[in-house]
Amino acid sequence: MQKEKLKELRVFAEEIRVETLKTIGSLGFGHVGGSMSIVETLAVLYGDVMKVDPKNPRWEDRDWCVMSKGHAGPAMYATLGLKGFYPVTDAYTLNQPHTNFPSHTDRTKTPGIDLTTGSLGQGMSSAVGAALGNKMDGRNSHTFVFVGDGEADEGQVWEGAQFAAHYKLNNLICFVDSNKRQLDGTVDTIMSHGKGLGAKFDAFGWNVIDVADGNDVEQIWNAVQQAYQSDAAPTCIILNTVKGKGCTFAEPSGAHSSQPTKEQWDEAIAAAEARLAEVKAQ
Amino acid sequence: MKFTLIGKHETDSRANRDAYVDAMQEMMAKDPKLCHIDCDLYGCINTGKLEKAFPKQTFNAGIAEQNAMGIAAGLTATGRTVFMHSFGCFSSRRAFDQAFMSCAYAQLPVHVLGSDPGVCAAYNGGTHMPFEDMALYMAIPDAVVIDPTDYAMLYDVTKKLAASGKFSFNRMIRKGVTKVYDDGADFEIGKGVTLKDGKDVTIIASGIMVDEALKAEETLAAEGISAKVVDMFTWKPIDEELIVASAKETGCIVTAENHQVKCGLGSAVAQVVAKNVPVPMEMIGIEDRFGQVGAQKFLQEEYGLTASHIVEAAKKAVSRK
Ligand SMILES: Cc1ncc(C[n+]2csc(CCOP(=O)(O)OP(=O)(O)O)c2C)c(N)n1
Repeated sequence: MQKEKLKELRVFAEEIRVETLKTIGSLGFGHVGGSMSIVETLAVLYGDVMKVDPKNPRWEDRDWCVMSKGHAGPAMYATLGLKGFYPVTDAYTLNQPHTNFPSHTDRTKTPGIDLTTGSLGQGMSSAVGAALGNKMDGRNSHTFVFVGDGEADEGQVWEGAQFAAHYKLNNLICFVDSNKRQLDGTVDTIMSHGKGLGAKFDAFGWNVIDVADGNDVEQIWNAVQQAYQSDAAPTCIILNTVKGKGCTFAEPSGAHSSQPTKEQWDEAIAAAEARLAEVKAQ
Repeated sequence: MKFTLIGKHETDSRANRDAYVDAMQEMMAKDPKLCHIDCDLYGCINTGKLEKAFPKQTFNAGIAEQNAMGIAAGLTATGRTVFMHSFGCFSSRRAFDQAFMSCAYAQLPVHVLGSDPGVCAAYNGGTHMPFEDMALYMAIPDAVVIDPTDYAMLYDVTKKLAASGKFSFNRMIRKGVTKVYDDGADFEIGKGVTLKDGKDVTIIASGIMVDEALKAEETLAAEGISAKVVDMFTWKPIDEELIVASAKETGCIVTAENHQVKCGLGSAVAQVVAKNVPVPMEMIGIEDRFGQVGAQKFLQEEYGLTASHIVEAAKKAVSRK
C-alpha cells in the first residue's frame, strides 16, 4: 500500500475511534468494547476498499457491509457519518427518543446500514443472502460481514457459513472480530471454539486468512486484497483484535459494556484525540 | 394466598433479578437436581453468583439460545429441574421451536425465563424488545405463563414454578421495580390478586402495569369513580372465576399490559368475558407496533402504558356501560 494511503487510513481509524467515543459518550453508556476493536477494519473498508455512494446509500452496485455483531452500531454510525452519509454529529442522538441511531444497526433507520441486526447470528445469514442476490444479478459487488467471536457460538453463523461455501460465494468476506471476549468473560472460559475459529471456517470450506494484528490497517488491507483473489470460496478474515482498543477505560478492563464517569469519558476522548493528532503528525 | 399490599409507588432498592437468584440459591442448596442454564448473560441477571456457589448446577451455553433450550430439555429428561434464561426476545422468539417441541411437546417441563420484558428492554431497542413473548408461550398447550409484578412475587413464583412440574415461561425485570407487595408474600399460580375493591370498573393488570393501575385507581377515586384493581400475573392459567366475578361486580373492564394487546392479556381476558359475561372492555397495551430504543419512561409514554392512559380507558369503559 502507498505510504500516503496508509497514513490516510490510520488517521481515518483514529477519527472513527474519537467519534465512536463521542457518540456513546453522548448517552454516557453503551457497548464500547466491541466497537473499539473494529475501527481499523471499518477505516479500511470505508476509507478505501468499499464502493459506496454517501449520497445514494442504496446504490445498486455498491458493496455491502453487515454488522452482524449489531451492538457495535456506534462504530458504524461514526464511520458512515465521517464518510458523509449524514453529519457525524447526528449520531450523538444515540438512543434518544425517536433517534435514527439505535443501539443495534437498523436498515430502516440509518442511511448506509444495509441490513438489520441485533439478535446475534442473524446478520451472517442475511449477509449471505445479499451476497447471493448480488451474485445472481451479476453485480461486481462484495458483501462484508462482521461476526463476533462470541457471536460465533450461534449455530446460525455456521448454517450461513455452510450455505456460502456450498454456493461458492466468493463475493462474501466475513471478518471475525477475535477480541477473545464475549459478554460474560473470555471466549475460552465461556464457550471455547475447539481447534479455533479459523480451523472451523476452513472445515466449512472457506478460504481463511489470519491477521496477526487486527488493529493494524495495513495488515487488514493486505488481507482484503488477498481475499479478492479467491475465485470459488467465501473468505473469512480472522482479526486478532483487542476489546476496547484505544479507550482508556475499556481497554484495560476488556469490558463488554461500560458506564464510566464523566471524568473518565473526558479522559478517554482526550486520549483518543491526542492519538489522532499524533498519527496526523507522523 | 397471603400478602401485604405496600402500594406506595416506591422503587425497590434491590435489583429485581436478585429475587430469582436468591430463590434459586436457597433451592439449589437443598436440591442438587435443580439447574440453571444461561446464554452468556450471567452478567445481566447476576447468575454468576449461582455458578460460583453451585458450579455443578449452573451452566453457560454461550450465545446459543436454541442449543441451551435443547440442553435444558435433555437435562430435564434425566430427572432435573431446569431454568433456562436469556433476554425475553431470545428465550421466546429465537428458541421457540426448541421450547415447543423438545420441551413442552415432549412433556419435559423446562422453566424458561425471559428478562427485559416489553419496554423494559429500553436502551437495547426494538431488536431486543419482546411485545410477543407471552403470546408465543400462551399458544403452547398447558404452559404456565407468568408476568411477575415485583421482587416479592418473582421470589415466590420462582419457588412455585420449580415445584410445579409444569412447563413455564416467566418474565423477569432486571433492575429495581416498584414495590407492590411486602416480602414474604405467597401467591398461587392461576389465581389473580385483588389489590383494591371497587364497584364502577375493574382494572386487570400485570407486571409494571400493576403500579400504574394502582395510581390510576387513586386518580379515579378522586373523580368519584370506584375502581377494582386486580393483579393478573398469571396469564395462563388465567383466573376465570375472578374475571367473571369482577365483570359482574363492576360491569366493565380495563386491561393493562406491557405487551402487545393482540394475543396478550387483553385478549385472554376478553375471551373469558365474551364467553361468560359480555361487558364493555378497554385494553391498554402495545397496539400493533414494533419496539424502539429509549428510556423506559419515554417508551411508556410513547406506547401509552401509563396511569393516565388507564384513567382515560376506565372512563371510556364506564361510559360504554
Ligand atoms: C441472539 C443473541 N443473544 C444474546 C445477545 C446479547 N449479547 C449482545 S452482545 C453479546 C456478547 C457478544 O460477544 P461477541 O460476539 O464476542 O462481541 P464483541 O466481543 O465483539 O463485542 C451478547 C451475549 C444478543 N444480542 N443476541
